[in-house]
Amino acid sequence: MSKIGKIAVKDRDPVSSLQDFLKTLLEKAVVEAVLVQQRLPMNNAVMPALVTETEKLGWADPLAPAFPLNSARMLSRLTRKSLDAPIAAVMRPCEIRAFVELVKLKQASTDNVVLISADCLGAYANTDYAKVGALAPGAQSTLSFHKNIAAGKGTATEDADISSACKSCEHPVAPMADINIGLLGTDIEQSLLLIANTPKGEKLLDDLGVAEEDVALENRQKALEALIGEREAWRDKMFERTSEAVSDVEKLMNYLSNCVNCYNCRVACPVCYCRECVFTTDVFDHEPAQYMRWAKRRGALKMPTDTVFYHLTRLAHMSAACVGCGQCSNACPNDVPVMELFRTIAGGVQTSFDYCAGASLEEEPPLSVFHEKEFSEVTGGID
Amino acid sequence: MADYEPTIIAFVCNWCTYTAADLAGTSRLVQPANVRMVRMMCTGMVDPKYIIKALLEGADAVLVSGCHPGDCHYINGNLKARRRMKLLKEILPKFGFDERRLKMTWIGASEGIDFAETVRQMTAEVKALGPNDLRTRMVL
Repeated sequence: MSKIGKIAVKDRDPVSSLQDFLKTLLEKAVVEAVLVQQRLPMNNAVMPALVTETEKLGWADPLAPAFPLNSARMLSRLTRKSLDAPIAAVMRPCEIRAFVELVKLKQASTDNVVLISADCLGAYANTDYAKVGALAPGAQSTLSFHKNIAAGKGTATEDADISSACKSCEHPVAPMADINIGLLGTDIEQSLLLIANTPKGEKLLDDLGVAEEDVALENRQKALEALIGEREAWRDKMFERTSEAVSDVEKLMNYLSNCVNCYNCRVACPVCYCRECVFTTDVFDHEPAQYMRWAKRRGALKMPTDTVFYHLTRLAHMSAACVGCGQCSNACPNDVPVMELFRTIAGGVQTSFDYCAGASLEEEPPLSVFHEKEFSEVTGGID
Repeated sequence: MADYEPTIIAFVCNWCTYTAADLAGTSRLVQPANVRMVRMMCTGMVDPKYIIKALLEGADAVLVSGCHPGDCHYINGNLKARRRMKLLKEILPKFGFDERRLKMTWIGASEGIDFAETVRQMTAEVKALGPNDLRTRMVL
């Protein structure tokens, strides 16, 4: 049974109470730094930051419905070589899941890292958040976002709503986090739950002197099931719509017709693991004469070339590891619904390999392992 | 287009299927001339990109063929290839590529007859499927 404590919320302000909790991590020297999304002092935008000074945590806003980038990549930068001091990383569930995939791909490590994750109620696309976040100073917009949800008014603010990736996400809680900050089924203006899932998490709560509380988790469980049910229904409709929209190559080309090969989706993808992407190497630096040959053979050559090739290759590379964070769509300058396509295909791939990206450190990535007897249908039943 | 001649791109491993193809030739076995063979050191080095590219360029089918499990010259390259084929067979049909355009077989070095038979069968099957029209169309 996991150890559960509470953060008492002061002045009905969960954001500043959460900041105070994070401050105790540094004050009691449990960790030397906290990676957390925070408001930038210059313009109220939200970005991840590695914070070492206690008072600088006064800018932290982990509950803001902002998701500028998947910080699994940032934590991978911090942990690709061994850290000599412990740090805490406050991340969304999809960021933790992407991080787990990177650990398994040997591009990150959980050594000396405590993963903390608040229940995720979704986030806006970057362009939408720029408007929503500007509606009120400081963390006011964060508080009203959560107030609206608590009052049953949903996640929409003005004419923007949380991204489709978030609406279709069936993982609002990160089971791989050392500590979950529980919002679901709780009056977050009174208290937040601190749920330690791992020995590492329990030790952290002990070091902080957090008192163990006897909390009934029924409300939380109920709220979680309702949220997951809602999102799964949304997701299944999205899968159906997208499968239909790309069911042959002609339709796929139509779907990708606004793609300009900027490769932003690949840059933003936390699990696109190649250190150097083949599509930006000499392999695709074709000879001028080659373009001419291609053009002559088909009468017309769309340029830049290899758009469908790029997306299909990326699907082959990362669909088994896709956590559905939606940063691909967030990064697309031309509003190609990349997330919908990748999640739909990834859903099928992960099911066929009986794998769930980011769900555990033990489950081996499907394309990193093989067995002597398996998938005999691929070779006509012979193995 | 029932009488069209399909183009099948075959990625075959040097140690087993290529040798089998060679044996089929030296044994003067008759087989359709629809296969363009790419000799690889191992099916384990057939990058999924090669297969995707072949289909996007208009190949009517792709064959990947290597040693039987347990016989791989590099111990287990063929088993890795099988997982990659499994992956492509999951992804590509979602975009309307007929699964029968993707084939993987195990053909050992001494199995020239099997190779000729595989080529005969596959050619007939792909002929029945009709041509991959991406060959003449603009592909994004």
